[in-house]
Amino acid sequence: METAERNRSMWKLGTYLLLLVVAIVYPLVASNSYYVHVIVMSFIFAIAVYGFNLIVGYLGQLSLAQAGFFGIGAYMSGLFTMKLHMSFWLSLPLTAFLTMLISLPIGFISFRTKGNYFAIFTMCVGIIINLVIEKWDSVTGGNTGLIGIPQPNNLGPISFDSVISQYYLVLAFLVITIFVMTRLVNSLVGRTFMSIRNSSDLAATLGINVMANKILAFAIASFFTAIAGVLYAHYIRFIGPDASGLNMTFDFLLSLLIGGQASIAGPLVGSLLSTGLTEGLQSLQEYRMVVFGILLILIVKFFPMGIVGGLQLLRFKLMKRFAKTDVAGIAQMKPSKGESHAAENKSIN
Amino acid sequence: MLLKTKALTKNFGGLTALNNIDFHIEEGEIVAIIGPNGAGKSTFFNVISGFYPPSSGSITFGEHEFTNIATHKFARMGIARTFQTTCLFTEGTVLDNLIVGHRLKTTMGFWDAVLNTPRARREEKESREKAWDVLGFIELDKIAGEMVGNISQEAAKRLAIGLALVTEPRFLLLDEPAAGINHDETNGLVQLIKKIQKAGTTVCLIEHKMQMVMNLADRIMVLNYGSKIAEGTPSQIKNNQQVIDAYLGGDSNA
Repeated sequence: METAERNRSMWKLGTYLLLLVVAIVYPLVASNSYYVHVIVMSFIFAIAVYGFNLIVGYLGQLSLAQAGFFGIGAYMSGLFTMKLHMSFWLSLPLTAFLTMLISLPIGFISFRTKGNYFAIFTMCVGIIINLVIEKWDSVTGGNTGLIGIPQPNNLGPISFDSVISQYYLVLAFLVITIFVMTRLVNSLVGRTFMSIRNSSDLAATLGINVMANKILAFAIASFFTAIAGVLYAHYIRFIGPDASGLNMTFDFLLSLLIGGQASIAGPLVGSLLSTGLTEGLQSLQEYRMVVFGILLILIVKFFPMGIVGGLQLLRFKLMKRFAKTDVAGIAQMKPSKGESHAAENKSIN
Repeated sequence: MLLKTKALTKNFGGLTALNNIDFHIEEGEIVAIIGPNGAGKSTFFNVISGFYPPSSGSITFGEHEFTNIATHKFARMGIARTFQTTCLFTEGTVLDNLIVGHRLKTTMGFWDAVLNTPRARREEKESREKAWDVLGFIELDKIAGEMVGNISQEAAKRLAIGLALVTEPRFLLLDEPAAGINHDETNGLVQLIKKIQKAGTTVCLIEHKMQMVMNLADRIMVLNYGSKIAEGTPSQIKNNQQVIDAYLGGDSNA
């Protein structure tokens, strides 16, 4: 059993390395820089969606304030580098850390609500952040936003003035994000988050401090969302209040639902697909939302755990069919046994 | 004395669900709480396991006296419970459930997870070992890898008890552990509860299956309309006229 597990992790490692090689080679073989640009955008979104996935997918709390943290990250770093002439390399960690600090009291108050109320409350928080950014003319530039945010400073001999060099910068942060998330969700900490998603009452009964864990997940998510915001600001070099708008949160949500929540591959797959589709369907302008709408309905209906979740289920079913035919027989018998007991239970009560 | 309540009262608006309950449980006992539906049994459980704060009165557990403590701290003091509607983490396997149940004994945090520190690896290993220990104890090691949604009602009942045991409690509260399982399975459960007592855990249970209660309990408390109407050994309770009128009636095999 242990060797099987080791084989599986070797396979996984191999897949990851192969994907990394593909990602490294991609800009060198891409026929024009527009295709590289599209992937840069989807990688930046993917980082934010990984943070989102931690709260929505693993912790099971639908926070609709995430674009707020994306916007805070983008604006804060834009201001640090433009007004204070701070280096990008100092501004990035500082911004991520400060955004995380801002998220703590927000999390502490928001998590006093549960379920739908939590979603509505955090949506309001997101809207408030958006409004502050839009109305605080003297600092944020209001509707005009920030123009001319500097590119990341040179790192020794490496400069970041081409799309390709920015691509590798963003890729590096994406790899770090995926690494941290993988370690996290596979650890006892990740199991704790998932237990809260499953039943916070039961988790509390088992001695898990539900509030503290929720805030931890919220803080980690804001940290990574802020990093995505910083990378976005210094890549696009112009940001407006839209960067913190509710539409942005729903873009994250769309990517997460398409890709598959509570999975490690989901945010990346979803971001690549949704950004790719957005760019591919540009000619349709606003009507592309019609395509997204239909796509989303189909996915929610047939793959409630997204594309990655659907594939996992398929693999699981195939494995069961091929590996042990007798397992299938037992699996079919058991639910009916459970049901008859459930019926008995009802009659007693 | 492990647990003692004094004049414990719980009101929900105008309804008095528990009325001046004086009760105590000795270390190592099995105590049953019986009574008709709506008598306040589950409310009593919810109050002494920290789900509801009491309206008045006091609860003493070991050396602690508590009135208003967060739910998750009860498990750390050594109080564990199961729920009337069997409550499990349905999205994981049987083993997954037990591993997370051991979380309160571990201290690893974000950095341990990301850096995969020795502490993270040690605690992960300890949690797995503890989970397997408990699986053996509740005799579910054969279905360790099954998804919880696919296991039988009996296995689910055992797993719920296992989930409480994995927190290494001094005091275990079982809310209708035998509801919805058949006669043979109930006997198996009686054996399991006796085994838990032998291992040094004090057990308090709510149960409607009288044969099981009479067979298992050292002492019984009878509640009716939120008040304690009797307390004593099984044979004392069986012959108590007030209890027979209120609950047992002619149908003592209910």
